[in-house]
Amino acid sequence: MRIVCPFCGERELGEFTYLGDAKPQRPAADAGEDAIYDYVYLRDNIAGPMSEHWYHGGGCRAWLKVTRNTLTHEISSVEPAAGAGAAKVGA
Amino acid sequence: MNYSIFSLARAALSGHKNWKPTWRDAAPKDRYDVIIIGGGGHGLATAWFLASEFGIRNVAVLEKGWIGSGNAGRNTTIIRSNYGLPGNTGFYELSMKLWETMEQDLNYNAMVSQRGVLNLYHSDAQRDAFARRGNTMRINGIDAELLDQAALRKMLPFLNFDNARFPVQGGLLQRRGGTARHDAVVWGYAHAASELGVDIIQNCEVTGFTRDANGKVTGVETSRGKISAGKVGMAVAGSSSRVAAMAGLRLPIESHVLQAFVSEAIKPLIPGVMTFGAGHFYVSQSDKGGLVFGGDIDGYNSYAQRGNLPVVEDVCEGGMALIPMIGRVRLLRQWGGIMDMSMDGTPIIDKSPVDGLYINAGWCYGGFKATPGSGFVFAHLIARDQSHKEAALFRLDRFQRGAMIDEKGQGAQPNLH
Repeated sequence: MRIVCPFCGERELGEFTYLGDAKPQRPAADAGEDAIYDYVYLRDNIAGPMSEHWYHGGGCRAWLKVTRNTLTHEISSVEPAAGAGAAKVGA
Repeated sequence: MNYSIFSLARAALSGHKNWKPTWRDAAPKDRYDVIIIGGGGHGLATAWFLASEFGIRNVAVLEKGWIGSGNAGRNTTIIRSNYGLPGNTGFYELSMKLWETMEQDLNYNAMVSQRGVLNLYHSDAQRDAFARRGNTMRINGIDAELLDQAALRKMLPFLNFDNARFPVQGGLLQRRGGTARHDAVVWGYAHAASELGVDIIQNCEVTGFTRDANGKVTGVETSRGKISAGKVGMAVAGSSSRVAAMAGLRLPIESHVLQAFVSEAIKPLIPGVMTFGAGHFYVSQSDKGGLVFGGDIDGYNSYAQRGNLPVVEDVCEGGMALIPMIGRVRLLRQWGGIMDMSMDGTPIIDKSPVDGLYINAGWCYGGFKATPGSGFVFAHLIARDQSHKEAALFRLDRFQRGAMIDEKGQGAQPNLH
């Protein structure tokens, strides 16, 4: 598996770190416990094309939004995820 | 058929032409008391314990492919009970005790070999953590020995003791741990369950659940037609989210790929199971001579049953750091299996929120050693509608209650467990 970074070009997998499904959105600060539980613990765990966050730590150090098929590892699109991943990890 | 020294001799003297299939390949009936989805080790063990311990013999095991074709046939065959957290310690020891009697119970040779499991430590802090885990085990009646470097130098002279960065200082040894022949475990449970009347149905993929007006599960829809059931249990690690989704459930699980490796056969070298404490590398030697080893999961969601090269490199580097002399041994095969990575690294054995559906999932990459224990407590849950006391903490709602069992202390990031 190689990822074509929009900033650095095609790079090998070892340069990237995986965060996970890009779909869960952090609930508002006053959202109830159920919303937090859903966000932190529950996953769709998709078998097929899935949008996910990767971090290019071995290159430009940008967060990327990658659409990848979990059944085949085929990557169909890579785009910058400005702020999205960084916000998720509290950076 | 019943296996004994006499049946072996009879078969040998008649040129091995009269062996019968060890279990019955059944066609589905219209109705069963209990249906187990998943013909791996856990599913077949559950069926056997239902029939042998809990008196429920009208049971079917439905398998999408052939039995043992998933993770039961892809693991590195290690058995152990060296866990430190309440919930895990007792459960895995229950499983370990069942391994010790399994072959007699099933009348099947599963090549259970208690050759020892040794976790190496490489720093004072790691020694203290291992000593604590060892003490927890001993308090609970489980064998554990903390060995220093001098003891290990006698036992395993080939280790890289004086590695500048990660010197081997000692290890925590569980002598009762070891390995078992993974396929034989599947066949053994199939054999014994089939003898008690359990139907093992292959090439039968579950495509949906049938529900009554109250939402209770009344059976399954399969590629071989509808089958009704009093209760349905799922033991489909790797695909738990997909099967649960058919009942409208979302689980605290991600599916990840774990790779395993075997080298060409070499003369006897590794006496038991060994784990490197400074990276992630574990190794044992099969009876055929191959080094069987593995390390971390690849780290991204996958259902592909194959991994990528960075982990191959990482695992082999771990091996080289620990045992430099294996550098010229050639890799023979590698493969991947799909792990149910739960959010705290611990399994889920519980009733589901859907009436009539029972969940056995979230085994991360530790499912093989749990096979007999998992079967026993899951059968207990299905038969009595009550968790077994050794599995009472493996609840589905523990994430909501803040009662996680996080052995590695990694938090809700499944690819780190």
